Formats: sequence, structure tokens, C-alpha cells
Amino acid sequence: MADKFIEDKVTRVAVKKDGQEVKMDFNDLKSGGFIKQRQKDQFTVRLRCPGGRIDTKKLMEISKIADKYSKKSVVHLSFRQSLEILYVDYKDFDNMVRDLEKIGQKVASCGPRVRVPTACGGCEYNPNGLTDTQAMAKMVDEKYFGTPCYHKFKISFSGCPIDCARTKEMDLGFQGVVEPVWDEDTCTGCTICSKACKEDAIKSHPETGKPIYDPLKCIWCGDCIRACPTESWQAKRYGHFVRIGGKHGRHPREANEAAVFIPDGKVPEVIEKTLEWYKMNGKRGERIGATIDRVGIDSYMKFMEPVFKSGEPITTGKAHKWQI
Amino acid sequence: MADIKADASLDLRGVLCPINFVKTKLKLETMDVGQVLEIVLDDGEPIQNVPKSIKEEGHKIVEVKKEGEYFRLKIQKR
Repeated sequence: MADKFIEDKVTRVAVKKDGQEVKMDFNDLKSGGFIKQRQKDQFTVRLRCPGGRIDTKKLMEISKIADKYSKKSVVHLSFRQSLEILYVDYKDFDNMVRDLEKIGQKVASCGPRVRVPTACGGCEYNPNGLTDTQAMAKMVDEKYFGTPCYHKFKISFSGCPIDCARTKEMDLGFQGVVEPVWDEDTCTGCTICSKACKEDAIKSHPETGKPIYDPLKCIWCGDCIRACPTESWQAKRYGHFVRIGGKHGRHPREANEAAVFIPDGKVPEVIEKTLEWYKMNGKRGERIGATIDRVGIDSYMKFMEPVFKSGEPITTGKAHKWQI
Repeated sequence: MADIKADASLDLRGVLCPINFVKTKLKLETMDVGQVLEIVLDDGEPIQNVPKSIKEEGHKIVEVKKEGEYFRLKIQKR
């Protein structure tokens, strides 16, 4: 028995490649960014590109490495925005990882852990963007990437209710929202806001043209604020709509709506507490959505209350329109 | 309120997004700062989108009038 344990401690082995001896480090494989292909000895190497953003200089270096190691000279854009180098011989892992390290490029992951976060363009350059999704994705990648879980754990950031980053299908999703507030004195009753609103949440008064706002129909996209010529619609507060327990795959599950208007600064706490709840209540091989189905959303909401109080908790856990 | 005098005008009825915005932008580029461009936009998508884009370009919408199925906007170049 003792021998077996000693053997398990070996992390580096020598293998033969083209008659030459090369080293292989099993630690490289631990994170799981090396995915076996259908072809013998061939693997896909998934790079870590949080938010799908890559510096152009680094991209040029990556392309050189891809060209050097991909037996078919191809890359693939993964569904979670990362570059994957295809057809890599497993005996090349050690050299390839070292080449990637030289340019500061890390390998991503698969398996039961916090994955590389995905994100849309966000408020940095997208006109619809309400939150800095790219900055958030970078932060989450630095702080939480690779955290072991019972199953995969996917986090994404959408900058607005169009939700290109599909927060409804994530284990934990953050979608940008803005609460509009109207100033009667500066409003000229031009009716543009009622036209700009795609949710029928703003109607124009038949005589004055001034807006009649229905907060229960509003999905906090900010179109009224962007369209108003006189700045009479203003942002009262920005934040994140937090969704929990979504997934796609064989058996999709739409996320529960957990809270709205969670400020940027509280996002790390939401992630930490969520992972803590998952750790306490989940079990091996179970996505957090399944844990919620088994244990109940109330347990999660109660646990999250201290941090969700920084915005508005959605106490029913499933309501498009929560009661204020 | 007295009508603001326009220095130029564009009839964008029947012109689709984003061509209507691009035409507005190109026209504004030929004008001087402070001058006013009048545009006529269809109801629906054009009135939903064009005012937002004009604002994002830094110009000021100084007058909006609904005339039947279309809108008459006056934009001051900034």
C-alpha cells in the first residue's frame, strides 16, 4: 500500500517523443484546461481569456504558439469566449505551457471548479452597457478562478437587460440594471421616452405628453435616460441583477432571480457567500441549481440576506416583477 | 414657446436604421457648431434609436414635435 502512495506523489515523468526524451508535468493537467480529443494523443488546450478580451500583442504571440503546436494549424473560439488551440500532442504540453508562461498567458480549466468568467463589452464601449462587465470579469478571474466546487460553476456578466452573456443560464449571473428617476420641471413633454421604452413602462399623458411610469413593467434598461433630450430622466442607481442556479446542457434550468441593484463593490461578497452556501448545502456532482431544487430557494435567500440587503432581494426567488 | 429656426433640414421618412442616423451625422458634420438641423423621423424604430445616437454623439435635441405618424426633431450641433 505504501508504494502506491509514493507513486502517486510523482508529478513529473519523462516520455519519449520522436526518439527524444521530454518531460511531462501532471500538475499541468490538474486545472483541466487540456481536453482529450477524439484523435489518439491529441488534445485541445483551452486558454484563459476572461470576458473574451485579448490584448493584440498577446494575441500575436498566442498565434505563434498555436502555429507551433497545433498539428492542424487551427484554433477554435470556445463557447465561453476563450481561445482553444486544437490538435496539440500531449507530449508537447510541458514546452507549450512554458512558451505560454513567457507571454503571460494562462491555461483555462474544465471540471468541478469556478470557470473563467464570461462577459459582454459592458459600459466601456457598448452604448447599451450599464456596468463595467469587463472589469468585473477580470476581477472574478483573478480572485475566484479555479475555486473547487461540487460541479462546474459558471459566472457571467451582462451589461444590460439584453443579456448577451446569458445570465439566466449561469450558475451565478450578474446583469446590469439602472433605476430611472424623472424630473418634472425640466421635462418638455416631448414623448420620446415613451417611444424609446420597449417595455410599455412609459406612456405619455394625452395632453401634456409627460411620462406616466409603471415601475412594475420597467426592466431597468435605461433607454429612457439615453433617449431623453432634456436629461429629465436620470439614473437613480446602477447595479447588478443577480441570478442563481441557471444552466444549459442536456437539462436546462432557468436561473432563479435573487436580487437587483447590487452595487459593484458587493459582487465579491455575493460570490463568496454563494460558494459558501453551495459548499454547505450541495453535494458532489450537483450543480447549484439542483441544490436549490433539493434544499429550497428560501435557504439560499435567507443565507444571502446580509449581502442582498445592499440592493433589493427578490424574496420569492422567482418573480419577474418583485413587490417593493 | 416660439419655434426654433432651422439652418438645414432632412426628411428621413422611409429611411431605415441606421442609415437615418448616418445621414443625420453626415449632415451635422457639414454644419457649424450652434447651427440647428431639422430632421423628420418615422414612428417606431427610428424614433426609438436615432435620438439616443444623436445624444451619444454629443449633440443637443432642442425641439421635438409629433406630427401624425412622424416626428420633427431639431438638433443643435455641439
